[in-house]
Amino acid sequence: MKYDIVIVGGGPAGLAAATSAKENGIDRILILERDHELGGILNQCIHNGFGLHTFKEELTGPEYAERFIEKIKALNIEYKLNTMVLDISKDKKVTALNKEDGLFEIEAGSIILAMGCRERSRGALNIPGYRPAGVYSAGTAQRFVNIEGYMPGKEVVILGSGDIGLIMARRMTLEGAKVKVVAELMPYSGGLKRNIVQCLDDFGIPLKLSHTVTKIHGKERVTGVTLAQVDENRKPIEGTEEYYSCDTLLLSVGLIPENELTNNLDVKMVPVTSGPEVNESLETSMEGVFACGNVLHVHDLVDYVTEEAVAAGKNAAKYIHGEYKKGTYIELVGCDGVRYTVPKYINPDNMEDVVTVRFRVGDVYKDSYVSVSFDEKEVIHRKKRVLAPGEMEDVKLKKEDILAQSDLKKITIRIKED
Amino acid sequence: MEKKDLICIGCPLGCMLSVEMNDGQVVKVEGNTCPKGDQYAKKECTNPTRIVTSSVMVDGGTIAMVSVKTESDIPKEKIAACMKELKGIKVSAPVHIGDVIIKGIADTDVNIIATKEVALK
Repeated sequence: MKYDIVIVGGGPAGLAAATSAKENGIDRILILERDHELGGILNQCIHNGFGLHTFKEELTGPEYAERFIEKIKALNIEYKLNTMVLDISKDKKVTALNKEDGLFEIEAGSIILAMGCRERSRGALNIPGYRPAGVYSAGTAQRFVNIEGYMPGKEVVILGSGDIGLIMARRMTLEGAKVKVVAELMPYSGGLKRNIVQCLDDFGIPLKLSHTVTKIHGKERVTGVTLAQVDENRKPIEGTEEYYSCDTLLLSVGLIPENELTNNLDVKMVPVTSGPEVNESLETSMEGVFACGNVLHVHDLVDYVTEEAVAAGKNAAKYIHGEYKKGTYIELVGCDGVRYTVPKYINPDNMEDVVTVRFRVGDVYKDSYVSVSFDEKEVIHRKKRVLAPGEMEDVKLKKEDILAQSDLKKITIRIKED
Repeated sequence: MEKKDLICIGCPLGCMLSVEMNDGQVVKVEGNTCPKGDQYAKKECTNPTRIVTSSVMVDGGTIAMVSVKTESDIPKEKIAACMKELKGIKVSAPVHIGDVIIKGIADTDVNIIATKEVALK
């Protein structure tokens, strides 16, 4: 089997990348999806609030996914469901497995990585205690309630105030469970403000900042948890322990890009994001292999995933058409509060008129400035009333500005507090 | 005079708003740093509404549940009644996006509609 572009993953990133590649003149495209349907995690995100940027209306997750699935079908883009990709080789051979075809290999002209991310699990947290039933990641509970039709428990404590945890606090409450408390290790929530108001405040669920679970009680089934306040080094403070009886503990403690296939490919990775390093075209350090969506870096809004994936699809098409140029790279560096930048390199010869650089900050900043320097010269100094780790930021760099600066080597993005 | 505290959801800043009410009318909003806060406080204190999303059982479909939502926002105090009415509802596959699952939920004129395609098994 031979395809111009093989896309690994049929979630929001894979679907948008595929439609974009097709619209840019590529016919032989194949999407490989491990689930029994397209749409990825959107299928279980039944709440609304998706698509405000992309469609200018508020959709639920399944509705947002369906818009793209319809497009995939209308454009006759091929896809294989229930198909697990096992390996991607350096000469772009994709090995995959499913019930109909068995084990098979595809020769790809270009590959787009769109595998998404998964949840950090209990094992990563070092909470002492037995291993009773009743400890779930928030996303697992979401799948149980929204798709399978099971309630994970009746009395719930949630650790972590990421958006999935907040959404599940509301969802479990609406389905009749008692959500007793949401505990957050950090002094601020990692979730969107509107979720704190509409998922916790609306239902009188307390949010305890700077708190963590220090013990899970119960042997066969969770019977309760101990919460404790933490100090500035995130260590539990003795004497602040409080016992909560519950039968369920949900964990919403971070998302990790799913890069096992990428690691086998030996591309350069960014430790901060756990995603691959990419250039202005969202191409990894391996020529013709692109990445977009949560496998690249974890997003808060699907709209930005779509935007990124559209760019990846377009660039992969450019690569197949042989319109891709080799050139010199300018490095992007995030410092003074900017934890990382996507992309990490810019080749002005391949960039569009404007390139969007996305980044996250490491702390909460108020009345600060996002500053961009071309080598030593500051070119952007933009006031931001608030910057928070839970909200992805971006700056747009213009090609003409980059070309105007001769012999540009390094672009630095930083936060200035004055 | 009645006082209410709320957090503005207009932007990530999350201003702490303090609202003074008289006779069910907002007379004063404090703590907001832009006009969005003022608008939000007035709506939230006089006529708070929400879109409610949930899922109901499907018979004979490729999955066990189909996601649903209120076609438009409903008064906040109707959320519990809405969820109560959704309990035990079962529909038959196939289901299409936009299919009306319940007409006029919780004594409103707002319908519950499906938000996902569920094919026959």
